[in-house]
Amino acid sequence: MLSSTAEHLYWMARSLERAENTARMLDVTYRMSLLKQALIEPHHEWRAMLSISGLHEDFEARYELPSAKNVLYFMALDNKNPGSIYHSLFNARENARAIRGSITSEMWEALNATWLEMRRIQRDGIDSDGVARFFEWVKERSHLSRGIAHGTMLRDNTFRFIRLGNFIERADNTARILDVKYHILLPSLRDIGGAADYYQWSAILRSVSAFESYRKVYRDQITPRRVAELLILRNDIARSLITCVNEVSQLLHEINGPHSSEVTAHCNTLRNQLNNETIASIFDRGLHEYISDFLEQIYNIGSLINTTYFWSNDEKIPVLNLTQTQTQTINGR
Amino acid sequence: MKTAYDEMYATNGSVRDHYQSYAHWLKAMPDAAIAGKREEADIAFHRAGITFAVYGEENSQERLIPFDIVPRVIPKQEWTHLENGLRQRVRALNAFLHDIYHEQEILKTGRIPAQQVLGNSQFRREMVGVDVPENIYAHIAGVDLVRADYGDSRGEYYVLEDNLRTPSGVSYMLENRKMMMRLFPDLFSRQKIAPIEHYPDLLLNNLRSVAPPGINNPMVVVLTPGQYNSAYFEHAFLAQQMGVELVDGNDLFVKNETVYMRTTEGPRRVDVIYRRIDDDFIDPLTFNKNSMLGVPGLFSAYRAGTVTLANAVGTGIADDKAIYVHVPEMIRFYCGEEPILSNVPTWELSKPDDLKYVLSHLHELVVKEVHGSGGYGMLVGPTSTKEEIRMFRDKIIASPGNYIAQPTLALSTCPTFVESGVAPRHIDLRPYVLSGKEITMAPGGLTRVALKEGSLVVNSSQGGGTKDTWVLEGDN
Repeated sequence: MLSSTAEHLYWMARSLERAENTARMLDVTYRMSLLKQALIEPHHEWRAMLSISGLHEDFEARYELPSAKNVLYFMALDNKNPGSIYHSLFNARENARAIRGSITSEMWEALNATWLEMRRIQRDGIDSDGVARFFEWVKERSHLSRGIAHGTMLRDNTFRFIRLGNFIERADNTARILDVKYHILLPSLRDIGGAADYYQWSAILRSVSAFESYRKVYRDQITPRRVAELLILRNDIARSLITCVNEVSQLLHEINGPHSSEVTAHCNTLRNQLNNETIASIFDRGLHEYISDFLEQIYNIGSLINTTYFWSNDEKIPVLNLTQTQTQTINGR
Repeated sequence: MKTAYDEMYATNGSVRDHYQSYAHWLKAMPDAAIAGKREEADIAFHRAGITFAVYGEENSQERLIPFDIVPRVIPKQEWTHLENGLRQRVRALNAFLHDIYHEQEILKTGRIPAQQVLGNSQFRREMVGVDVPENIYAHIAGVDLVRADYGDSRGEYYVLEDNLRTPSGVSYMLENRKMMMRLFPDLFSRQKIAPIEHYPDLLLNNLRSVAPPGINNPMVVVLTPGQYNSAYFEHAFLAQQMGVELVDGNDLFVKNETVYMRTTEGPRRVDVIYRRIDDDFIDPLTFNKNSMLGVPGLFSAYRAGTVTLANAVGTGIADDKAIYVHVPEMIRFYCGEEPILSNVPTWELSKPDDLKYVLSHLHELVVKEVHGSGGYGMLVGPTSTKEEIRMFRDKIIASPGNYIAQPTLALSTCPTFVESGVAPRHIDLRPYVLSGKEITMAPGGLTRVALKEGSLVVNSSQGGGTKDTWVLEGDN
């Protein structure tokens, strides 16, 4: 397959997955911000959201307060923010447009329709009671496109590069969502295990659609360790880190190619690490440190995918350093 | 202007023989059925995205080139004559290109003034001494033919232009046929109409036949300027129909004077490039340095003979309007034959006598810029205002060598569906001539129609439409 075709497919999928996960992250932040706590400074959650996405410098350059309204606008609708949902859906559509002949017409029509609707929403704006509905819509459109890919596409490398984009981006995004708690000031010691703590962890679970799964798996109260275990180490959870890495590893194996040994080896190492990891050892090292390390490895695998299959050394993936501006451009010309 | 030659009706109003069958059928069709079919065609073209894009992020619009359901019908003998003429003409044009980039015999004999060739901006000095496979330069030629009454002859075909750079439109020829067969299958069972659907195979075979010597299974690609080019649909269509990769400049690179494309399995050598990018933009190292579309080093690989470009670099010299007048002489010189197809009588304004005549007859002539195309940069005397003529006159006087003039030919008409019903509209014909180891063609070509009443400009950028073109097999 032409490298440029593979690259468009991959970025089409990543952009769409990113739009979905940005909606999920905004959703969890929105839920947390509703749990007002006197101890915590105003707008705290929203500031945390910006720093997790690595977009706070860009935000501060153009906005004053990280209020709910400002951050929501910035992350959802701002066409100048390369990490906004608006921009992600634009990228997904433009990448699809470039390789229309390689995807099924249903797939193209779904992405195109999503973009046209996004443009309308951006023009009309979202009022406060439409926020949750908007997040639902983004998730649904992403589910729809992924479902169409599954339901209509030939199982060749075209399909595999789409899936590769899905899971690389999802691994990155789930890790960032899990890191939300770190960025939000820990409640005072006596609050640990208290109501606020419970709501924050359950908001994280809900944001990755894993609340019900948690109940089924543990049939017990929500604790940080178990949430982390669920989202990092359980290979039966759809969005967990280990599930994403297993998928990426399998896809790289199937795509193969004469120059792919380095990227495959790299991914296998990460997969083996995850498979031999225990939640106790993760917490011994510190959850935030563990996640930072994981993000770096995912970033490296993304770079290797770039050089191995797309012949590209461009920094198209956000640099790990969470304080750095997250950049994402429509790849290509 | 007197009534133009009509393809379907003779001067006495009777239906010409080769249109009898269609005319019967049309007469029997209820108006409502026709209207329904026309709508169906529109929807199908939109859905398939057979459009001609004018693209922008905020206001993207995609325009449909209007398709007319009355076919242009050509009887068999007439086509045989045209085909012979086209083969002869394209053979001569390729021989001319080979000659001027090598021995320049035709200039030495003085049959074409050397200055008109060597001093022409379309003459590519970089091509001098470069050998190309089979000595073929114009692998794909789109020769524009018109039919008109002129002088004493009635309905004669004339060559209006030879398009030897990157002629487009063949995807419409193919899609129009597909549409007609879908809408009116019964029409095709009433008459034997020569098939054209194999054009992509002819094109692929032609491209493979001019691969660099020693290549057994040549890799062919289509090179496009990219998805924002107005003809992108056609580039993608042809690549898909031939089953080859559609690439842009970023997909290719040159190493050791060899062209490769970047694939997920590593570099793959490319042997033949059907390029739809103009000469100026194909290689920033040799031509336009600011080109983002091309492939650095491509021309050096080309010179080294490791890759074939179709069409070759430098073909623009042979379809330049200043050179056009010399094509009949080329045919005599290279083929030793009299031209089968006529040129439109042409005044060269670089000649003082011609200039004098033209300046005093501007209101009845068509004046064209020698390097212009797409229906721009021309004056159609009879339909221009005094002011327009005066302004154009000033431009001509400033640089007469930039212009040629021709009589305003009343292009033949063909019945066409318009707002008010069926009415005659002017048409032309662009057959596609493929040259490689041998010359091949799909019978017919693309018929373009000027939809505005009285208009002689058929270009799609200026409101032209298209028709299916039938070459009849059998005697009628």
